[in-house]
Amino acid sequence: MEHHGTLVTYINMSEMLYQRDAYGQTLVELGRQNKDIVVLDADLSSSTRTSLFAKEFPERFFNFGVAEQNMMSTAAGLASCGKVVFVSTFAVFATGRAWDQVRNSVAYNDFNIKIVATHAGITVGPDGASHQALEDIALMRVIPNMNIIVPCDAPQTREAVLAAVETFGPFYIRLGRPKVPIIENKGAFKLGKAQVLTFGNDIAIFACGVLVSEALIAAKNLLGQGIKARVVNMHTIRPFDTETVIQAAQETRGIVVCEEHTVVGGLASSIQEVVAENAPVKVVCLGIKNRFGQSGEPSELLKAYNLTSSDIEKAGSGLCLS
Amino acid sequence: MDVRINELEKKAKEIRRLIIQMLAKAGSGHPGGSLSATDLITVLFFSVLRHNPKDPSWPNRDRFHMSKGHCCPLWYAVLAQTGYFPKERLWTLRQLGSVLQGHPDRRTPGVDVASGSLGQGLSVGLGMSLAARIDERDYRVYVLLGDGETQEGNVWEAAMASSHYRCDNLCAILDYNGFQIDGKTEDIMELEPLVAKWQAFGWHTLEIDGHNMSQILTAYQEAESMKGKPSIIIAHTTKGKGVSFMENVVDFHGRAPTKEEAQRALKELE
Repeated sequence: MEHHGTLVTYINMSEMLYQRDAYGQTLVELGRQNKDIVVLDADLSSSTRTSLFAKEFPERFFNFGVAEQNMMSTAAGLASCGKVVFVSTFAVFATGRAWDQVRNSVAYNDFNIKIVATHAGITVGPDGASHQALEDIALMRVIPNMNIIVPCDAPQTREAVLAAVETFGPFYIRLGRPKVPIIENKGAFKLGKAQVLTFGNDIAIFACGVLVSEALIAAKNLLGQGIKARVVNMHTIRPFDTETVIQAAQETRGIVVCEEHTVVGGLASSIQEVVAENAPVKVVCLGIKNRFGQSGEPSELLKAYNLTSSDIEKAGSGLCLS
Repeated sequence: MDVRINELEKKAKEIRRLIIQMLAKAGSGHPGGSLSATDLITVLFFSVLRHNPKDPSWPNRDRFHMSKGHCCPLWYAVLAQTGYFPKERLWTLRQLGSVLQGHPDRRTPGVDVASGSLGQGLSVGLGMSLAARIDERDYRVYVLLGDGETQEGNVWEAAMASSHYRCDNLCAILDYNGFQIDGKTEDIMELEPLVAKWQAFGWHTLEIDGHNMSQILTAYQEAESMKGKPSIIIAHTTKGKGVSFMENVVDFHGRAPTKEEAQRALKELE
């Protein structure tokens, strides 16, 4: 157990879980409660775990084969008839291949469609660059009406999916491929409200997704150097919790942002935009910088792209020196 | 039957007049494809569609979606003439704040889903068709496609899925006027053999003269009676139909008539 300040957040490494398992199980749970839930997939249902829903509710599940554009606009037709439509495939295809359909059929109509994409980020691993979505948050963030959630672990995935159903409108929920540890005692999920996991006024570390656990490890190591870091789980990219960002900018010496996504257009950009306009402070961005991904094990790739806890730690201590 | 046909022809002429007037007033828009599909959509709205203009969100209504969204002046004209909104609103087409946007938008009463980016509408229709199946409703779904639009890959993804799911409540209408923005379809990107393509994708095909009211009526009836597969009415039409100087003139795909041209056109449509 790792204590920081007054909050008791810690990483539970003993129970590593797939976010997509939590997604599939939550879909089944929702399917039982709400007969308007319809689920679509494009030949990846066993990977995205929508297969769990398909097994229990075959009459409300449609597989469209390898045809993401059709799937996305079909979701719009279903939503126009009052359905709550979940659309799943890999992040690369959901946001890239079908971008125009997401823009014009889903978001412009402001339909009740929840795009839940798996296999996002560099931690896709061995499949390599073609399958590693490093720009999906940016692609979704430029579209009006779109809500965006990047859950940090499996339990938060469930909370995010439930929140998406409770809130009318289009959502993009970004999930990873590998098993991830559970961040314990982070509190209940609230859409658009960031979770401050550790208190500290020296620096702030903003992270999302699987990098939240790396940020927590970095904070613990920084404490050993006498640096108190405020770690924030920025699980919602839209609507964005500007208040928490401004507070961190005003109360600390600088901000480190980490995400397994290009530093252009994602969490890093979101924070830079808020900071530059409201409370200028130094922002160090750890993310993918004008590069494609490549094959490798997730841990090797995090290292190769400077996204490990020690990279975050270095950036944090650097901020205190400057 | 003849009285009905006569009545439909009169209505189609009135719709064509409204299209010309709207576009002349707006100063921009797409007359060619609006006029070529007028007879098909007039028959659909006045004789086929089960709908209630006073209750646009009635769950059991038949759905219509115009996938070739640039021809929305036609859609707006039939919506006004069937009572979805007052005719006067037609003169606000393409103006700032108007419910009649340059391409279809959900703020227009009677429009369920926006369109404009080509190739997505058949998928939208497929979604409506599947929703009817889930809800055990007996409404039908009609989607108007442009011929040039079928060059989009998304159309064929939707075609494949619609026959896979045996959507016999889905009827596509292809306005085959033979022209697209840059010229004749056969010069820009050949569509033939079109009937064979749709049949190969598992569709029931009907080939008709898209300006012959009785052929159009019969085609809708035959499509409805076909079970186990979706139907497509491939309608041979004339771009700019009804206005001599617009017929088969590529320039009028996306250019509104001037005031003087509109007057000449309206004279021909008296």
